[in-house]
Amino acid sequence: MNSLVKADIRKLGIAAVLFAAIYGMLETEIIGAFWELNLVLIMINIILATSLNMINGYTGQFSIGHAGFFAIGAYMGAIMTVKLGYDMPVALIVGTISAGIVGFLVGLPTLRLNGDYLAIATLGLGEIIRICILNIEYVGGASGLMGIPRLTTFPMAFWIMVAILFFIKNFKNSAYGRACLAIRENEIAADTMGIDTTRYKVMAFTLGASFAGTAGVLFSHYFFIAHPASFTFMRSFDILTMVVLGGLGSMTGSVTGAIVLTFISAALSDFPEWRMLIYSVAMIVLMLYRPQGLFGDKELSLQMIRSLKMGGKKNDD
Amino acid sequence: MLEVKDLEVYYGAIHAVKGISLKVDDGQIVTLIGSNGAGKSTTLHTISGLIKPKSGSISFDGQELVGVPAHDIVGRGLVQVPEGRHVFSNMSVMENLDMGAYLRNDKDGIARDKEKVFELFPRLFERKGQMAGTLSGGEQQMLAMGRALMSRPRVLLLDEPSMGLAPLLVKEIFSIIKTINDEGTTVLLVEQNANMALSIADHAYVLETGRIVLSGTAAELAASEAVRKAYLGG
Repeated sequence: MNSLVKADIRKLGIAAVLFAAIYGMLETEIIGAFWELNLVLIMINIILATSLNMINGYTGQFSIGHAGFFAIGAYMGAIMTVKLGYDMPVALIVGTISAGIVGFLVGLPTLRLNGDYLAIATLGLGEIIRICILNIEYVGGASGLMGIPRLTTFPMAFWIMVAILFFIKNFKNSAYGRACLAIRENEIAADTMGIDTTRYKVMAFTLGASFAGTAGVLFSHYFFIAHPASFTFMRSFDILTMVVLGGLGSMTGSVTGAIVLTFISAALSDFPEWRMLIYSVAMIVLMLYRPQGLFGDKELSLQMIRSLKMGGKKNDD
Repeated sequence: MLEVKDLEVYYGAIHAVKGISLKVDDGQIVTLIGSNGAGKSTTLHTISGLIKPKSGSISFDGQELVGVPAHDIVGRGLVQVPEGRHVFSNMSVMENLDMGAYLRNDKDGIARDKEKVFELFPRLFERKGQMAGTLSGGEQQMLAMGRALMSRPRVLLLDEPSMGLAPLLVKEIFSIIKTINDEGTTVLLVEQNANMALSIADHAYVLETGRIVLSGTAAELAASEAVRKAYLGG
Protein backbone atom coordinates (compact mmCIF):
# COMPACT_ATOMS: atom_id res chain seq x y z
CA MET A 1 0.00 0.00 0.00
CA ASN A 2 1.41 3.39 -0.79
CA SER A 3 2.50 5.65 2.00
CA LEU A 4 0.05 8.43 1.18
CA VAL A 5 -2.91 6.11 1.54
CA LYS A 6 -1.46 4.82 4.79
CA ALA A 7 -1.12 8.35 6.12
CA ASP A 8 -4.71 9.09 5.12
CA ILE A 9 -5.98 5.97 6.88
CA ARG A 10 -4.07 6.98 9.98
CA LYS A 11 -5.65 10.45 9.88
CA LEU A 12 -9.06 8.91 9.40
CA GLY A 13 -8.35 6.70 12.42
CA ILE A 14 -7.48 9.73 14.52
CA ALA A 15 -10.73 11.39 13.38
CA ALA A 16 -12.70 8.28 14.37
CA VAL A 17 -11.12 8.18 17.83
CA LEU A 18 -11.81 11.88 18.31
CA PHE A 19 -15.37 11.36 17.17
CA ALA A 20 -15.90 8.43 19.56
CA ALA A 21 -14.48 10.41 22.47
CA ILE A 22 -16.64 13.50 21.88
CA TYR A 23 -19.71 11.49 21.02
CA GLY A 24 -19.28 9.43 24.17
CA MET A 25 -19.08 12.58 26.27
CA LEU A 26 -22.17 13.97 24.57
CA GLU A 27 -24.19 10.79 25.16
CA THR A 28 -23.18 10.55 28.81
CA GLU A 29 -23.88 14.29 29.11
CA ILE A 30 -20.41 15.14 30.36
CA ILE A 31 -20.67 17.83 27.68
CA GLY A 32 -23.88 19.76 28.25
CA ALA A 33 -26.30 21.28 25.76
CA PHE A 34 -24.51 24.64 25.67
CA TRP A 35 -21.18 23.17 24.70
CA GLU A 36 -22.77 20.73 22.29
CA LEU A 37 -24.19 23.69 20.43
CA ASN A 38 -20.79 25.31 20.41
CA LEU A 39 -19.16 22.12 19.19
CA VAL A 40 -21.43 22.11 16.17
CA LEU A 41 -20.70 25.79 15.69
CA ILE A 42 -16.97 25.06 15.82
CA MET A 43 -17.35 22.49 13.09
CA ILE A 44 -19.35 24.87 10.91
CA ASN A 45 -16.72 27.53 11.47
CA ILE A 46 -13.96 25.07 10.60
CA ILE A 47 -15.67 24.40 7.26
CA LEU A 48 -16.06 28.14 6.66
CA ALA A 49 -12.49 28.98 7.61
CA THR A 50 -10.81 26.19 5.67
CA SER A 51 -12.91 26.91 2.59
CA LEU A 52 -12.07 30.62 2.75
CA ASN A 53 -8.44 29.60 3.17
CA MET A 54 -8.58 27.89 -0.22
CA ILE A 55 -9.34 31.27 -1.77
CA ASN A 56 -7.37 33.65 0.44
CA GLY A 57 -4.61 31.37 1.62
CA TYR A 58 -3.79 29.02 -1.24
CA THR A 59 -4.66 31.14 -4.23
CA GLY A 60 -3.91 34.52 -2.67
CA GLN A 61 -7.15 36.17 -3.81
CA PHE A 62 -8.39 38.44 -1.07
CA SER A 63 -12.09 37.65 -0.71
CA ILE A 64 -14.15 39.00 2.19
CA GLY A 65 -17.66 38.09 1.12
CA HIS A 66 -17.79 34.56 2.47
CA ALA A 67 -20.91 35.21 4.54
CA GLY A 68 -22.81 35.68 1.29
CA PHE A 69 -22.16 32.12 0.17
CA PHE A 70 -22.83 30.89 3.68
CA ALA A 71 -26.23 32.64 3.47
CA ILE A 72 -27.06 31.13 0.09
CA GLY A 73 -26.42 27.64 1.47
CA ALA A 74 -28.44 28.33 4.61
CA TYR A 75 -31.46 29.63 2.69
CA MET A 76 -31.39 27.23 -0.24
CA GLY A 77 -31.12 24.31 2.16
CA ALA A 78 -33.99 25.63 4.26
CA ILE A 79 -36.18 26.18 1.19
CA MET A 80 -35.62 22.54 0.27
CA THR A 81 -36.69 21.18 3.65
CA VAL A 82 -39.26 23.75 4.82
CA LYS A 83 -40.92 24.84 1.60
CA LEU A 84 -40.48 21.85 -0.64
CA GLY A 85 -40.40 19.07 1.92
CA TYR A 86 -37.22 17.34 0.87
CA ASP A 87 -34.76 15.53 3.14
CA MET A 88 -31.48 16.74 4.54
CA PRO A 89 -29.26 15.12 1.85
CA VAL A 90 -31.13 17.01 -0.86
CA ALA A 91 -30.84 20.22 1.15
CA LEU A 92 -27.08 19.69 1.54
CA ILE A 93 -26.56 19.01 -2.14
CA VAL A 94 -28.73 21.90 -3.33
CA GLY A 95 -27.20 24.32 -0.80
CA THR A 96 -23.68 23.36 -1.80
CA ILE A 97 -24.27 23.49 -5.52
CA SER A 98 -26.21 26.74 -5.55
CA ALA A 99 -23.53 28.52 -3.53
CA GLY A 100 -20.98 27.06 -5.94
CA ILE A 101 -22.88 28.31 -8.98
CA VAL A 102 -23.13 31.82 -7.58
CA GLY A 103 -19.42 31.65 -6.71
CA PHE A 104 -18.60 30.63 -10.25
CA LEU A 105 -20.74 33.32 -11.88
CA VAL A 106 -19.37 36.01 -9.61
CA GLY A 107 -15.81 34.70 -9.75
CA LEU A 108 -15.51 34.90 -13.52
CA PRO A 109 -15.69 38.70 -13.74
CA THR A 110 -14.38 39.70 -10.28
CA LEU A 111 -11.26 37.54 -10.25
CA ARG A 112 -9.83 39.76 -12.94
CA LEU A 113 -9.47 42.32 -10.16
CA ASN A 114 -6.50 42.32 -7.83
CA GLY A 115 -5.89 42.96 -4.16
CA ASP A 116 -7.93 45.79 -2.72
CA TYR A 117 -10.32 45.90 -5.66
CA LEU A 118 -11.22 42.25 -5.32
CA ALA A 119 -11.70 42.71 -1.58
CA ILE A 120 -14.15 45.56 -2.14
CA ALA A 121 -16.01 43.69 -4.88
CA THR A 122 -16.45 40.58 -2.71
CA LEU A 123 -17.43 42.68 0.29
CA GLY A 124 -20.10 44.31 -1.84
CA LEU A 125 -21.22 40.96 -3.15
CA GLY A 126 -21.75 39.58 0.35
CA GLU A 127 -23.91 42.57 1.20
CA ILE A 128 -25.87 42.34 -2.06
CA ILE A 129 -26.76 38.73 -1.33
CA ARG A 130 -27.87 39.61 2.19
CA ILE A 131 -29.97 42.58 1.08
CA CYS A 132 -31.60 40.52 -1.68
CA ILE A 133 -32.59 37.91 0.88
CA LEU A 134 -33.85 40.65 3.20
CA ASN A 135 -36.30 41.71 0.50
CA ILE A 136 -37.59 38.35 -0.65
CA GLU A 137 -40.90 37.70 1.10
CA TYR A 138 -40.85 34.04 0.08
CA VAL A 139 -38.02 33.37 2.54
CA GLY A 140 -39.42 35.55 5.30
CA GLY A 141 -37.71 38.84 4.50
CA ALA A 142 -36.39 40.70 7.51
CA SER A 143 -37.93 38.37 10.04
CA GLY A 144 -36.04 35.40 8.65
CA LEU A 145 -37.06 31.95 7.55
CA MET A 146 -38.47 30.21 10.62
CA GLY A 147 -39.56 26.73 11.52
CA ILE A 148 -36.58 24.92 10.06
CA PRO A 149 -36.40 21.40 11.51
CA ARG A 150 -33.22 20.50 13.41
CA LEU A 151 -31.87 17.97 10.98
CA THR A 152 -28.20 18.65 11.62
CA THR A 153 -26.80 16.21 14.13
CA PHE A 154 -23.38 16.13 15.71
CA PRO A 155 -22.24 13.00 13.80
CA MET A 156 -23.46 14.47 10.51
CA ALA A 157 -21.64 17.76 11.03
CA PHE A 158 -18.51 15.95 12.17
CA TRP A 159 -18.21 13.60 9.21
CA ILE A 160 -19.10 16.24 6.64
CA MET A 161 -16.38 18.39 8.14
CA VAL A 162 -13.90 15.52 7.98
CA ALA A 163 -14.80 14.83 4.35
CA ILE A 164 -14.32 18.48 3.41
CA LEU A 165 -11.02 18.67 5.28
CA PHE A 166 -9.77 15.62 3.40
CA PHE A 167 -10.87 17.13 0.13
CA ILE A 168 -9.11 20.41 0.83
CA LYS A 169 -5.95 18.67 2.02
CA ASN A 170 -5.79 16.60 -1.16
CA PHE A 171 -6.62 19.62 -3.28
CA LYS A 172 -3.63 21.48 -1.87
CA ASN A 173 -1.32 18.59 -2.71
CA SER A 174 -2.71 18.06 -6.19
CA ALA A 175 -1.54 19.65 -9.44
CA TYR A 176 -4.51 22.04 -9.15
CA GLY A 177 -3.49 23.08 -5.66
CA ARG A 178 0.10 23.63 -6.71
CA ALA A 179 -1.06 25.79 -9.59
CA CYS A 180 -3.04 27.86 -7.06
CA LEU A 181 0.02 28.21 -4.81
CA ALA A 182 2.06 29.34 -7.82
CA ILE A 183 -0.54 32.01 -8.57
CA ARG A 184 -0.34 33.22 -4.98
CA GLU A 185 3.46 33.34 -5.11
CA ASN A 186 3.70 35.21 -8.40
CA GLU A 187 0.91 35.55 -10.88
CA ILE A 188 3.07 36.79 -13.76
CA ALA A 189 5.52 33.95 -13.34
CA ALA A 190 2.66 31.45 -13.11
CA ASP A 191 1.27 32.83 -16.35
CA THR A 192 4.60 32.48 -18.12
CA MET A 193 4.88 28.88 -16.87
CA GLY A 194 1.76 27.99 -18.82
CA ILE A 195 -0.71 28.03 -15.94
CA ASP A 196 -4.21 29.19 -16.89
CA THR A 197 -4.42 31.59 -13.96
CA THR A 198 -8.06 32.62 -14.44
CA ARG A 199 -9.20 29.01 -14.52
CA TYR A 200 -7.52 28.10 -11.24
CA LYS A 201 -8.60 31.26 -9.48
CA VAL A 202 -12.20 30.63 -10.48
CA MET A 203 -11.85 26.97 -9.49
CA ALA A 204 -10.62 27.78 -6.00
CA PHE A 205 -13.26 30.47 -5.60
CA THR A 206 -16.07 28.15 -6.71
CA LEU A 207 -14.97 25.30 -4.46
CA GLY A 208 -14.56 27.65 -1.50
CA ALA A 209 -18.02 29.11 -2.11
CA SER A 210 -19.59 25.63 -2.37
CA PHE A 211 -18.21 24.53 0.97
CA ALA A 212 -19.44 27.74 2.56
CA GLY A 213 -22.85 26.72 1.18
CA THR A 214 -22.54 23.32 2.85
CA ALA A 215 -21.75 25.04 6.13
CA GLY A 216 -24.81 27.23 5.63
CA VAL A 217 -27.14 24.23 5.29
CA LEU A 218 -25.71 22.70 8.48
CA PHE A 219 -26.07 26.05 10.22
CA SER A 220 -29.72 26.77 9.39
CA HIS A 221 -30.74 23.20 10.20
CA TYR A 222 -29.15 23.35 13.61
CA PHE A 223 -30.39 26.73 14.80
CA PHE A 224 -34.01 26.38 13.51
CA ILE A 225 -33.83 29.71 11.69
CA ALA A 226 -32.13 31.44 8.79
CA HIS A 227 -32.01 35.16 9.52
CA PRO A 228 -30.38 37.88 7.40
CA ALA A 229 -28.69 39.29 10.51
CA SER A 230 -26.58 36.13 10.77
CA PHE A 231 -24.94 36.87 7.46
CA THR A 232 -23.69 40.44 7.74
CA PHE A 233 -20.18 41.44 6.76
CA MET A 234 -19.22 40.97 10.41
CA ARG A 235 -19.61 37.25 9.80
CA SER A 236 -17.27 37.48 6.82
CA PHE A 237 -14.74 39.24 9.00
CA ASP A 238 -15.10 36.63 11.73
CA ILE A 239 -14.23 33.92 9.22
CA LEU A 240 -11.36 35.94 7.82
CA THR A 241 -10.04 36.51 11.35
CA MET A 242 -9.95 32.76 11.93
CA VAL A 243 -7.98 32.22 8.75
CA VAL A 244 -5.51 35.02 9.45
CA LEU A 245 -5.08 33.97 13.07
CA GLY A 246 -4.17 30.43 12.03
CA GLY A 247 -1.97 31.59 9.19
CA LEU A 248 -2.98 32.24 5.57
CA GLY A 249 -2.35 29.13 3.54
CA SER A 250 -2.33 26.66 6.41
CA MET A 251 -5.34 24.35 6.62
CA THR A 252 -4.52 23.19 10.12
CA GLY A 253 -4.04 26.87 10.95
CA SER A 254 -7.58 27.66 9.83
CA VAL A 255 -8.89 24.74 11.87
CA THR A 256 -7.04 26.00 14.94
CA GLY A 257 -8.20 29.56 14.33
CA ALA A 258 -11.82 28.43 14.06
CA ILE A 259 -11.60 26.36 17.24
CA VAL A 260 -9.82 29.04 19.28
CA LEU A 261 -12.03 31.95 18.26
CA THR A 262 -15.32 30.05 18.54
CA PHE A 263 -14.23 28.78 21.92
CA ILE A 264 -13.28 32.26 23.13
CA SER A 265 -16.56 33.79 22.06
CA ALA A 266 -18.50 30.92 23.66
CA ALA A 267 -16.57 31.20 26.91
CA LEU A 268 -17.22 34.94 26.96
CA SER A 269 -20.90 34.63 26.07
CA ASP A 270 -21.86 36.04 29.48
CA PHE A 271 -19.81 39.16 28.78
CA PRO A 272 -20.59 39.97 25.17
CA GLU A 273 -19.06 43.42 25.47
CA TRP A 274 -15.71 41.87 26.42
CA ARG A 275 -15.69 39.57 23.48
CA MET A 276 -14.82 42.18 20.86
CA LEU A 277 -12.21 43.70 23.15
CA ILE A 278 -10.41 40.41 23.68
CA TYR A 279 -10.71 39.62 20.00
CA SER A 280 -9.06 42.88 19.04
CA VAL A 281 -6.31 42.63 21.63
CA ALA A 282 -5.57 39.08 20.49
CA MET A 283 -5.34 40.25 16.88
CA ILE A 284 -3.09 43.20 17.71
CA VAL A 285 -0.73 41.03 19.74
CA LEU A 286 -0.67 38.45 16.96
CA MET A 287 0.06 40.99 14.24
CA LEU A 288 2.87 42.48 16.30
CA TYR A 289 4.61 39.25 17.20
CA ARG A 290 3.53 36.82 14.52
CA PRO A 291 2.24 38.65 11.45
CA GLN A 292 2.19 35.45 9.41
CA GLY A 293 -0.38 33.89 11.78
CA LEU A 294 0.09 31.05 14.24
CA PHE A 295 1.44 28.55 11.73
CA GLY A 296 2.44 30.77 8.81
CA ASP A 297 1.69 28.71 5.75
CA LYS A 298 3.01 25.50 7.31
CA GLU A 299 0.77 22.62 8.29
CA LEU A 300 0.69 21.30 11.82
CA SER A 301 1.74 17.67 11.79
CA LEU A 302 3.37 15.11 14.01
CA GLN A 303 6.57 15.63 12.09
CA MET A 304 6.51 19.34 12.82
CA ILE A 305 6.21 18.64 16.55
CA ARG A 306 9.00 16.10 16.30
CA SER A 307 11.30 18.49 14.51
CA LEU A 308 10.52 21.19 17.10
CA LYS A 309 11.82 18.80 19.73
CA MET A 310 14.91 18.19 17.63
CA GLY A 311 15.76 21.86 17.95
CA GLY A 312 13.41 23.91 15.87
CA LYS A 313 14.58 22.81 12.45
CA LYS A 314 11.89 23.49 9.88
CA ASN A 315 10.24 20.65 8.07
CA ASP A 316 7.71 21.13 5.34
CA ASP A 317 6.05 17.74 5.38
CA MET B 1 9.45 30.88 -37.54
CA LEU B 2 8.12 33.89 -35.63
CA GLU B 3 6.79 36.82 -37.59
CA VAL B 4 5.23 40.01 -36.30
CA LYS B 5 3.40 42.29 -38.71
CA ASP B 6 2.17 45.86 -38.21
CA LEU B 7 1.68 45.46 -34.48
CA GLU B 8 -0.19 48.30 -32.77
CA VAL B 9 -0.52 48.30 -28.99
CA TYR B 10 -2.21 50.83 -26.75
CA TYR B 11 -2.22 51.25 -22.97
CA GLY B 12 -5.54 53.05 -22.61
CA ALA B 13 -4.98 56.21 -24.65
CA ILE B 14 -1.22 55.81 -24.86
CA HIS B 15 0.03 54.51 -28.16
CA ALA B 16 2.98 52.37 -27.06
CA VAL B 17 3.77 50.34 -30.16
CA LYS B 18 3.18 51.99 -33.54
CA GLY B 19 3.25 49.43 -36.28
CA ILE B 20 6.18 47.15 -35.55
CA SER B 21 7.09 44.34 -37.94
CA LEU B 22 9.88 41.89 -37.27
CA LYS B 23 11.02 38.38 -38.08
CA VAL B 24 12.84 35.74 -36.08
CA ASP B 25 14.26 32.78 -38.02
CA ASP B 26 14.88 29.34 -36.63
CA GLY B 27 18.10 29.08 -34.62
CA GLN B 28 18.81 32.81 -34.52
CA ILE B 29 19.35 35.27 -31.74
CA VAL B 30 17.38 38.38 -32.57
CA THR B 31 17.58 41.43 -30.37
CA LEU B 32 15.38 44.46 -29.88
CA ILE B 33 17.38 47.37 -28.55
CA GLY B 34 16.37 50.88 -27.63
CA SER B 35 16.08 53.22 -24.69
CA ASN B 36 13.46 53.34 -21.93
CA GLY B 37 9.91 53.59 -23.18
CA ALA B 38 10.74 52.57 -26.74
CA GLY B 39 8.19 49.75 -26.58
CA LYS B 40 10.57 46.80 -26.40
CA SER B 41 9.00 45.07 -23.42
CA THR B 42 5.51 45.87 -24.66
CA THR B 43 6.28 44.11 -27.92
CA LEU B 44 7.56 41.08 -26.01
CA HIS B 45 4.53 40.98 -23.69
CA THR B 46 2.25 41.15 -26.70
CA ILE B 47 4.02 38.23 -28.36
CA SER B 48 3.71 36.13 -25.21
CA GLY B 49 0.01 36.98 -24.88
CA LEU B 50 0.11 39.05 -21.68
CA ILE B 51 -1.15 42.12 -23.56
CA LYS B 52 -3.68 42.20 -26.38
CA PRO B 53 -2.72 44.28 -29.43
CA LYS B 54 -5.14 46.69 -31.06
CA SER B 55 -4.24 45.41 -34.50
CA GLY B 56 -1.57 43.51 -36.36
CA SER B 57 -0.63 39.88 -36.48
CA ILE B 58 1.85 37.57 -34.78
CA SER B 59 2.42 34.26 -36.48
CA PHE B 60 4.39 31.36 -35.07
CA ASP B 61 5.05 28.49 -37.47
CA GLY B 62 2.26 29.86 -39.62
CA GLN B 63 -0.27 29.94 -36.78
CA GLU B 64 -1.83 33.16 -35.57
CA LEU B 65 -1.00 33.96 -31.91
CA VAL B 66 -3.10 37.09 -31.42
CA GLY B 67 -6.05 36.15 -29.22
CA VAL B 68 -4.44 32.96 -27.92
CA PRO B 69 -4.25 33.09 -24.09
CA ALA B 70 -0.80 33.34 -22.48
CA HIS B 71 -0.78 29.85 -21.00
CA ASP B 72 -1.52 28.28 -24.40
CA ILE B 73 1.32 30.17 -26.00
CA VAL B 74 3.71 28.61 -23.48
CA GLY B 75 2.41 25.20 -24.49
CA ARG B 76 3.28 25.94 -28.10
CA GLY B 77 6.92 26.57 -27.24
CA LEU B 78 7.19 30.34 -26.86
CA VAL B 79 8.36 31.00 -23.34
CA GLN B 80 9.06 34.36 -21.77
CA VAL B 81 11.49 35.16 -18.99
CA PRO B 82 9.80 38.24 -17.56
CA GLU B 83 11.68 41.42 -16.75
CA GLY B 84 12.58 41.67 -13.08
CA ARG B 85 12.82 37.88 -13.01
CA HIS B 86 9.66 37.00 -11.08
CA VAL B 87 10.93 33.86 -9.42
CA PHE B 88 8.70 32.13 -6.87
CA SER B 89 10.43 33.62 -3.81
CA ASN B 90 9.04 31.24 -1.23
CA MET B 91 9.90 28.13 -3.16
CA SER B 92 13.29 26.47 -3.36
CA VAL B 93 15.43 26.52 -6.49
CA MET B 94 14.40 22.92 -7.19
CA GLU B 95 10.71 23.72 -6.80
CA ASN B 96 11.05 26.68 -9.14
CA LEU B 97 12.55 24.42 -11.78
CA ASP B 98 9.74 21.91 -11.22
CA MET B 99 7.26 24.72 -11.85
CA GLY B 100 8.93 25.33 -15.18
CA ALA B 101 8.02 21.80 -16.18
CA TYR B 102 4.39 22.41 -15.22
CA LEU B 103 3.01 21.50 -18.65
CA ARG B 104 5.12 18.36 -19.04
CA ASN B 105 4.43 14.81 -17.98
CA ASP B 106 7.61 12.97 -18.97
CA LYS B 107 9.39 12.38 -15.66
CA ASP B 108 12.63 11.12 -17.23
CA GLY B 109 12.82 14.01 -19.65
CA ILE B 110 12.22 16.47 -16.83
CA ALA B 111 15.01 14.92 -14.76
CA ARG B 112 17.38 15.06 -17.75
CA ASP B 113 16.53 18.68 -18.49
CA LYS B 114 17.08 19.57 -14.86
CA GLU B 115 20.58 18.16 -15.10
CA LYS B 116 21.13 20.19 -18.26
CA VAL B 117 20.03 23.35 -16.48
CA PHE B 118 22.44 22.60 -13.66
CA GLU B 119 25.21 22.10 -16.21
CA LEU B 120 24.44 25.51 -17.69
CA PHE B 121 24.13 27.12 -14.27
CA PRO B 122 26.39 25.26 -11.84
CA ARG B 123 25.67 27.94 -9.28
CA LEU B 124 22.03 26.90 -9.15
CA PHE B 125 23.08 23.37 -8.31
CA GLU B 126 25.01 24.65 -5.30
CA ARG B 127 21.89 26.44 -4.13
CA LYS B 128 19.25 23.92 -5.13
CA GLY B 129 17.60 23.71 -1.71
CA GLN B 130 17.71 27.45 -1.03
CA MET B 131 14.62 29.67 -1.16
CA ALA B 132 14.63 31.56 -4.45
CA GLY B 133 13.91 34.87 -2.70
CA THR B 134 17.25 34.69 -0.89
CA LEU B 135 19.32 34.35 -4.06
CA SER B 136 21.32 37.25 -5.44
CA GLY B 137 19.99 39.16 -8.45
CA GLY B 138 22.22 37.31 -10.88
CA GLU B 139 21.30 33.95 -9.46
CA GLN B 140 17.62 34.83 -9.68
CA GLN B 141 18.10 35.73 -13.34
CA MET B 142 19.79 32.37 -13.89
CA LEU B 143 16.94 30.63 -12.10
CA ALA B 144 14.32 32.44 -14.16
CA MET B 145 16.11 31.38 -17.33
CA GLY B 146 16.61 27.83 -16.10
CA ARG B 147 12.95 27.64 -15.16
CA ALA B 148 11.94 28.78 -18.63
CA LEU B 149 14.24 26.16 -20.20
CA MET B 150 12.47 23.46 -18.19
CA SER B 151 9.41 23.92 -20.36
CA ARG B 152 11.50 23.03 -23.44
CA PRO B 153 10.95 26.27 -25.32
CA ARG B 154 11.53 26.50 -29.04
CA VAL B 155 11.77 30.24 -28.75
CA LEU B 156 12.99 31.87 -25.56
CA LEU B 157 11.83 35.45 -25.01
CA LEU B 158 14.25 37.26 -22.72
CA ASP B 159 13.27 40.62 -21.23
CA GLU B 160 16.26 42.66 -20.05
CA PRO B 161 18.33 39.84 -18.60
CA SER B 162 21.10 42.29 -17.71
CA MET B 163 18.89 44.55 -15.60
CA GLY B 164 20.45 45.44 -12.27
CA LEU B 165 23.37 43.07 -12.59
CA ALA B 166 27.10 43.69 -12.11
CA PRO B 167 29.10 43.89 -15.38
CA LEU B 168 30.88 40.60 -14.71
CA LEU B 169 27.58 38.81 -14.21
CA VAL B 170 26.13 40.39 -17.32
CA LYS B 171 28.98 38.86 -19.30
CA GLU B 172 28.33 35.47 -17.77
CA ILE B 173 24.60 35.65 -18.49
CA PHE B 174 25.18 36.62 -22.10
CA SER B 175 27.65 33.82 -22.70
CA ILE B 176 25.03 31.42 -21.32
CA ILE B 177 22.41 32.86 -23.68
CA LYS B 178 24.83 32.14 -26.50
CA THR B 179 25.26 28.55 -25.26
CA ILE B 180 21.50 28.05 -25.02
CA ASN B 181 21.19 29.28 -28.58
CA ASP B 182 24.03 27.02 -29.79
CA GLU B 183 22.13 24.08 -28.38
CA GLY B 184 19.22 24.84 -30.65
CA THR B 185 16.88 27.27 -28.90
CA THR B 186 15.90 30.37 -30.83
CA VAL B 187 16.18 33.54 -28.75
CA LEU B 188 14.39 36.86 -28.93
CA LEU B 189 16.26 39.22 -26.66
CA VAL B 190 15.11 42.62 -25.44
CA GLU B 191 17.95 44.73 -24.07
CA GLN B 192 19.02 48.20 -23.10
CA ASN B 193 22.61 47.08 -23.03
CA ALA B 194 23.02 47.37 -26.79
CA ASN B 195 26.73 46.58 -26.76
CA MET B 196 26.31 43.19 -25.15
CA ALA B 197 23.17 42.36 -27.10
CA LEU B 198 24.79 43.12 -30.47
CA SER B 199 27.83 41.07 -29.55
CA ILE B 200 25.87 37.81 -29.47
CA ALA B 201 22.93 38.51 -31.81
CA ASP B 202 22.50 37.56 -35.44
CA HIS B 203 19.95 40.19 -36.28
CA ALA B 204 18.88 43.36 -34.52
CA TYR B 205 16.11 45.94 -34.51
CA VAL B 206 16.44 49.40 -33.01
CA LEU B 207 13.25 50.79 -31.48
CA GLU B 208 12.46 54.41 -30.73
CA THR B 209 9.14 55.61 -29.27
CA GLY B 210 7.20 52.64 -30.57
CA ARG B 211 8.72 52.44 -34.05
CA ILE B 212 11.53 50.46 -35.63
CA VAL B 213 14.04 53.04 -36.81
CA LEU B 214 16.83 50.72 -37.92
CA SER B 215 17.31 47.06 -38.58
CA GLY B 216 19.98 44.80 -39.97
CA THR B 217 22.48 42.17 -39.00
CA ALA B 218 24.04 42.71 -35.62
CA ALA B 219 27.42 43.34 -37.20
CA GLU B 220 26.02 46.03 -39.48
CA LEU B 221 24.29 47.81 -36.66
CA ALA B 222 27.29 47.61 -34.36
CA ALA B 223 29.31 49.30 -37.12
CA SER B 224 26.65 51.90 -37.95
CA GLU B 225 27.50 55.44 -37.03
CA ALA B 226 23.99 56.32 -35.85
CA VAL B 227 23.69 53.37 -33.51
CA ARG B 228 27.15 53.93 -32.08
CA LYS B 229 26.33 57.54 -31.33
CA ALA B 230 22.96 56.86 -29.80
CA TYR B 231 23.44 53.62 -27.90
CA LEU B 232 27.03 52.52 -27.75
CA GLY B 233 28.55 55.60 -26.23
CA GLY B 234 30.45 57.05 -29.17
